[in-house]
Amino acid sequence: MVSKKHTIELTVNGKPREGLAEPRRTLADFLRDDLELTGTHLGCEHGVCGACTVLVNGEAVRSCLMFAVQANGQEVTTIEGLAAGSKLHPVQEAFWECHGMQCGFCTPGFVMSVYAFLQENPEPKEGEIRPALSGNICRCTGYQNIVDAVLLASEKMRGASETIPVLSQPVKE
Amino acid sequence: MKPAQFDYYAPTSVGEACSLLARYGSDAKLLAGGQSLVPLLSLRLAQPTVLIDLNGVPELAYIRADDGGVAIGAMTRQRAVEHSSIVREQCPILPAAVEWIGHPQIRNRGTMGGSLVHSDPASELPALAQMLDATFTITQTSGSKRTLKADKFFVTYLTTALEPDELLSEVYFPVLPAGTGWSFVEVARRHGDFALVGVAAAVALDDSGVCSNVRVALFGVAPTATRSPGAEQALLHQKPDEQTIAAAASEVVKDIDPPGDVHASIAYRKYVATNLVRRALTEAAQRAR
Repeated sequence: MVSKKHTIELTVNGKPREGLAEPRRTLADFLRDDLELTGTHLGCEHGVCGACTVLVNGEAVRSCLMFAVQANGQEVTTIEGLAAGSKLHPVQEAFWECHGMQCGFCTPGFVMSVYAFLQENPEPKEGEIRPALSGNICRCTGYQNIVDAVLLASEKMRGASETIPVLSQPVKE
Repeated sequence: MKPAQFDYYAPTSVGEACSLLARYGSDAKLLAGGQSLVPLLSLRLAQPTVLIDLNGVPELAYIRADDGGVAIGAMTRQRAVEHSSIVREQCPILPAAVEWIGHPQIRNRGTMGGSLVHSDPASELPALAQMLDATFTITQTSGSKRTLKADKFFVTYLTTALEPDELLSEVYFPVLPAGTGWSFVEVARRHGDFALVGVAAAVALDDSGVCSNVRVALFGVAPTATRSPGAEQALLHQKPDEQTIAAAASEVVKDIDPPGDVHASIAYRKYVATNLVRRALTEAAQRAR
């Protein structure tokens, strides 16, 4: 059995895009293989690791748990959509400055989750940041620098751009 | 890690979804939020030949409150319930339970109906439905509806009373009577993981401080979410103090049949269940007025 391919028209990072895919093609594979947006990473491919997190209509979702055909007509934002030309987004800058990564494989997913989280909660406390990050797995950093990066990103996005990165503090829940 | 092939249909109304179900029956799976079904497809543990996607059926996504409870459409996202001010006011145990489901990214897609119909023994909502005695509205392909109470809806591991050509359209959570205290507690290896054990409990007191209503439901400890009549009966008509609550909690082991696996042994799950019931009843009794 060969299942019928569906035409998928969607907006990706503000641009209209189109592709043809079998219904079983996940949004993650569609972004990477059909639209050649390989910034979205695939770790576990069954919804556990969060590396493939993208925004669909502004909400962070796992793109390995959505089929491309379901994104028809929707608005998708990937890691490629955050920077303005060569100017990194404040969340990306903060990850860089706080060294919120080591190997970097999980980073696109973290950045997208953090981006969505800071839209909802622009001034989070550390105790709110940790649960917000819980859907993304990082096997290198131990998370501390990622938490610091979220605090710095929140400061940057609120306009206090020239602040010194906050130092790691013990967990306060 | 790629799903097997399937044909895809995206109905825009319940009527259309029903005619697709009538045509494909047990060859088809209904796709709700996909947060449990898509992993099963990817791992090829499920290989339906047809997927009927309900995400384009707006009439299944709503939250409506009346004096007696909260009616939630099956395709309502868990995040919508978590952030609903109506739900927080009328039925605060509901967002308290939803917050334990997976992670924010999962709850953005995951639906109330999808989670209930999946009926994972370790998931939160079936236990909450059992504790609150929720009513399930099921739409049949003929368009007619039937309703089932939670104790009849959940059958066993990943199995509900839904027939292959039926769909869950609504779940109605009755509010707890005024003054009833509640608690929702869970132990998992990491927050968002499948629960080792979880408990939903409610306690109502009469004027003399004696328990007039006690409800205890557990998950992760039996083939499906289950009430504990033993614990409920043991605390009913008692004053809830440390001794009576501990005695009631020790009764739960007779009502549960926990699995043993790499995450926790049978004995450990029983131990955790007893402790969590004690903790939940204590908190519920404290909140009761």
